Amino acid sequence: MTVVQFFVEVAGTYVATLAFGILINIPRRALNVGGWIGVLGYLLYRFTVLGGGGYVVGNLLGAVAIGVASLQAAKFKKMPMILFNIPAIVPLVPGGQAYQMVKNFALGQNNTAFNYLLQVVMISGAIAFGFLLSELVNRVQQRVWRHRR
Amino acid sequence: MSSQKKRDQLILHTALTAGRIMIENGSEIERVEDTMTRIAHNAGAQTSQLFVMITGILMAINGEVGAQIEPVKRRTFDLEKIAVVNDLSRQYADHKIDLQQFSNRLDHLDSVSRYFPFWLQLLAAALVSGPLEVVFRHNLPDFWITCVVGMLGWLVYYLLSKFIQIRFLSEFAAAAAIGVLAVVGVHMGLGNSVDDIIIGSVMPLVPGVPITNSVRDILAGNLVSGPARGVEALVSAAAIGFGIAMVLQFM
Repeated sequence: MTVVQFFVEVAGTYVATLAFGILINIPRRALNVGGWIGVLGYLLYRFTVLGGGGYVVGNLLGAVAIGVASLQAAKFKKMPMILFNIPAIVPLVPGGQAYQMVKNFALGQNNTAFNYLLQVVMISGAIAFGFLLSELVNRVQQRVWRHRR
Repeated sequence: MSSQKKRDQLILHTALTAGRIMIENGSEIERVEDTMTRIAHNAGAQTSQLFVMITGILMAINGEVGAQIEPVKRRTFDLEKIAVVNDLSRQYADHKIDLQQFSNRLDHLDSVSRYFPFWLQLLAAALVSGPLEVVFRHNLPDFWITCVVGMLGWLVYYLLSKFIQIRFLSEFAAAAAIGVLAVVGVHMGLGNSVDDIIIGSVMPLVPGVPITNSVRDILAGNLVSGPARGVEALVSAAAIGFGIAMVLQFM
């Protein structure tokens, strides 16, 4: 991956996250932060994949980062957390694999299709489990804060 | 009616309206329960009992009026309204507005809520499609045609959802339109890869809100509403998939 390609990817992720936020009518003052959280999650995913960690672990780490960062943003901006994490998971959605799965099923190549189906299930599961882990971090953090007060 | 009874009625009405608005526009269940409990508590009700589901809310407070039900008939995605209800609830907790004002603002929320202008939503649909196509597939030459196809597909979805109330049908039609446009675009030499154009263009239709909420609801222990949202997301995904598959089968 060249430097130019890297910047194109980051810019693309930021723009796409922000634009998805506009489609589901997110308040204006949450848009920018949501975009950057999307970039953060995607970068973690990308670097894990580049470092040889595999798609599943990459998506897991990305989802954890998005969950934790969204809660910090929600605390900081005093807005609901879902405003930040819904647009931010869009770059992680396994769109390419889901499409290949549908295409191969439609064309009757079931073996290839099942391969892609497995990937889609694994990636979606990783994202869901990543959110679960981030929730764990969030609950621990809330407990610690309550104790300090 | 005694003033206490009136007051209890107002508390119930405010909390139920707030809850309905939040579920209608795509909030997770735990947040709804939390907000409604807070409203009742801040309004002076000693205890409140809640049963929140994705299709309706049941609420009782220990006062002079009985439990009340508020059905939730439609579900859309409008996260701005959730943020507004959240803000109002915070203002009420800080005593900046009183219960009557809170209730009035909620009743008029649907008419005063602002959307992004239509052209901006179209532009946003284009800007979800094109950049994600480049991010996923690294196919820069197809950027422009993906933007256009994604925008048109979203336009079909938007117009159809105005006229038919079944979201899955609009998604199916939009996906089919995207498939046809992508094939025609490549045929006319405007793009190189049908696959890449379709992958980018369906991204604005991805059911991001139900997926996220489903996971959060299940984790919070709402074992009825979480899977229900999961089914919603799954049917959306299947509708999009069938739309694409149909086009690929015939063209």
